[in-house]
Amino acid sequence: MEWYLPVIWSALLGAAVVMYVILDGFDLGLGILFPTARNEAERDQILASIAPFWNGNETWLVLGGGGLWVAFPNAYAVIMPALYIPVLVMLLGLIFRGVAFEFRSVSRSKIWWNRAFVGGSVAAAFAQGMILGGLVQGIKVENGAFAGGAFDWATPFAALCGLSLVAGYALLGATWIIMKTEGEIARRAREQVTPILLVVLAFMAIVSLWTPLAHSRIAERWFSLPNFFFLWPVPFVTALLAFGVWKWSKARDALPFLGSIGLFLLGYLGLVISNYPFLVPPSMTVWDTAAVPASQIFMLIGTLFLLPMILGYFGLVYWLFRGKVREGETYH
Amino acid sequence: MTFDDPVLLARLQFAFTIIFHIIFPSFTIGLSAYIATLGVLWLRRGEPRYHRLMRFWTKIFAVSFAMGVVSGIVLSYQFGTNWSRFSVTAGNVVAPLVGYEVLTAFFLEATFLGILLFGFNRVPPWLYVLSAAVIAAGTAMSAFWILSANSWMQTPAGHEVRNGIAYPVDWIAVIFNPSFPYRFAHMVNAAYLTTGFVVLAVGARYLVAGRFVEEARTMVKMAIALLAILAPLQLLIGDQHGLNTLKHQPVKVAAMEAHWDGSKPGDFHIFAWPDEKGERNRYEISIPHGASLILTHKPDGLFPGLTSVPPSDRPPVTIVFFAFRTMLYIGFFMIAAALFGALLWWRRRLFDTRWYLQIMAQCWWIGFIAVIAGWVVTESGRQPWLVHGILRTADATSPVPAASIAGTLALFVIVYGIIFSAGIYYINRLIAAGPRPAVEAPEEPFSVNPLTGARNAGRDALHSS
Repeated sequence: MEWYLPVIWSALLGAAVVMYVILDGFDLGLGILFPTARNEAERDQILASIAPFWNGNETWLVLGGGGLWVAFPNAYAVIMPALYIPVLVMLLGLIFRGVAFEFRSVSRSKIWWNRAFVGGSVAAAFAQGMILGGLVQGIKVENGAFAGGAFDWATPFAALCGLSLVAGYALLGATWIIMKTEGEIARRAREQVTPILLVVLAFMAIVSLWTPLAHSRIAERWFSLPNFFFLWPVPFVTALLAFGVWKWSKARDALPFLGSIGLFLLGYLGLVISNYPFLVPPSMTVWDTAAVPASQIFMLIGTLFLLPMILGYFGLVYWLFRGKVREGETYH
Repeated sequence: MTFDDPVLLARLQFAFTIIFHIIFPSFTIGLSAYIATLGVLWLRRGEPRYHRLMRFWTKIFAVSFAMGVVSGIVLSYQFGTNWSRFSVTAGNVVAPLVGYEVLTAFFLEATFLGILLFGFNRVPPWLYVLSAAVIAAGTAMSAFWILSANSWMQTPAGHEVRNGIAYPVDWIAVIFNPSFPYRFAHMVNAAYLTTGFVVLAVGARYLVAGRFVEEARTMVKMAIALLAILAPLQLLIGDQHGLNTLKHQPVKVAAMEAHWDGSKPGDFHIFAWPDEKGERNRYEISIPHGASLILTHKPDGLFPGLTSVPPSDRPPVTIVFFAFRTMLYIGFFMIAAALFGALLWWRRRLFDTRWYLQIMAQCWWIGFIAVIAGWVVTESGRQPWLVHGILRTADATSPVPAASIAGTLALFVIVYGIIFSAGIYYINRLIAAGPRPAVEAPEEPFSVNPLTGARNAGRDALHSS
């Protein structure tokens, strides 16, 4: 029990984070690509494609934060103070882009809320990348509490992760537009995929080389035998899938988006391989930071009932609003 | 305490963000239930005015709910960013309650909101109305869990403390801790009252202006019928809640009544200026033995005074005292306004009594102030404890420098200032535009957004107003 409960919870929490990154990823990606829309009609069309979904998508972030607190309170209590500034910048960014949906639709002049949508999306995406980078590069912990400085997270590596995530979300956003819209913006999104994909691959390659070079534990995880025999397909499949996304982006509708999700999953898998079982590298594992079994079990029982229901009505909404948004359609 | 004190800054930041947040749930808990009620009436009676009102309030709901969501996400992270020692000390017990809130309420609300806002011509009417009802149930469920978590911090139960950390022993006792039923009833009722006065104000505003008379009469009547029951009921719930607090947190009650000396019966101070250093009140205007009568139901009954504990264990008396008075006086005004409205209705004078409607049209904000004041009473009144008897606020903060907290606090003030002003402005514009008749949607059942026509018409109307 003491051993496998934290493992189950790390898997559940990992799944919640993946859901968030993919779902809000294409949301934020649309904000990142928003400046490339040429007029208000195009912007309306872009927003209409996610209007019924964005609120639910963002809820996975609450589950990520809340779930971390429930299952691993000691990790939550270290990560949040350590990454105080990027976490709050992310939240402020999400505030701006979230209200921009509603405010823009009832506002006479759209320009400021367009800017809030773009600025908020870029800031949130970049801050999330910094949070990831700040976590992977390690947090200074003494006696179970954060013991570092306010700007420990501010490194070139974290900035690199921030830019990577902005690019990655832009890829999800562009392929979502291909899948969910018709007309000029879908055509333009197809053109955008190639350069964005190249940037994403470049960032993935740099992060993949940087982390084992900077951290011997990560190098050992990947390159020691027999691990290497099992792990070499990860980058190989990534490259193959990236080629697929590029090829599909020319003519297919749904495959580029699904392929981009696949790329995210592979990148995420790479991070898990590099860092598991550390929740707060390099010192705190999932077992060190877990809540007591009584709390993890109490929450697990509810989750086993509620999560399938949530996925059910989540799916219902995506099914109800299936199909493409045409030119000239608006949010409100 | 100075402004480079991280504890004070963390408290200020949290107070600011949570006060900002509670404004929106106070409104959306009741408004979602009102929208669902309108939907059910529309389905059963088929009268278009109910549908027009439903669409109208749904637009306002969307703007309010968005502000509630984004300011709520902040809070779920602030437990860690500002109160990391609290998240460890109480996390085993409190965190699952918040987790259940996310799983049972947040997803439900956020998902079905999509159907309510955009599903009108895409789903059958019953599913559309059901979405509103599901959202209303979701908001109430959310209140259930968050009130449970907060009540546990006031009256912890079902746990044991080992090495300064709280561990759960009996989850039912944790969830249904001693103050929870009172606080849950008090808050949900407060949310319905808040919404009731907003609906009443909007209806009264239209009646005074002679616009949307049919819809306005419906709103005013529905609001008064609800308020005439709930406003007096709140007094009863509040009284029971007060007795419960006296049992479990007597010092909080002493601060609410500015009652210093427990060896004498308590007066009810209509006004006073508590002097915390001198341990007495200045400028008292009091009803002798009033507080004893309320709290012990006997004129000479005794209850503990503030001096029963050392100054370091007392909450900030002035804040708690005035916040309680604010809530109480608004409550009395609400009862008077609702019952007087009911009397006018009974005498068939409701829509002719212009001065009453003019006053009610200005009273949309009173519920919000009462809710905020009530939360200030209960949260400030719990001080110096964060979890009563287990963890002091001063011991609960994160290892974060004061400058980081001050900087982000300033950002929150600026950002929320912008968002709040804009939100109020847009909601006011939506109200000014009023409930418009829906334009027939284009005959394309599977178009992605068939309401485009209706929405554009609505927006044109809005812009021309």
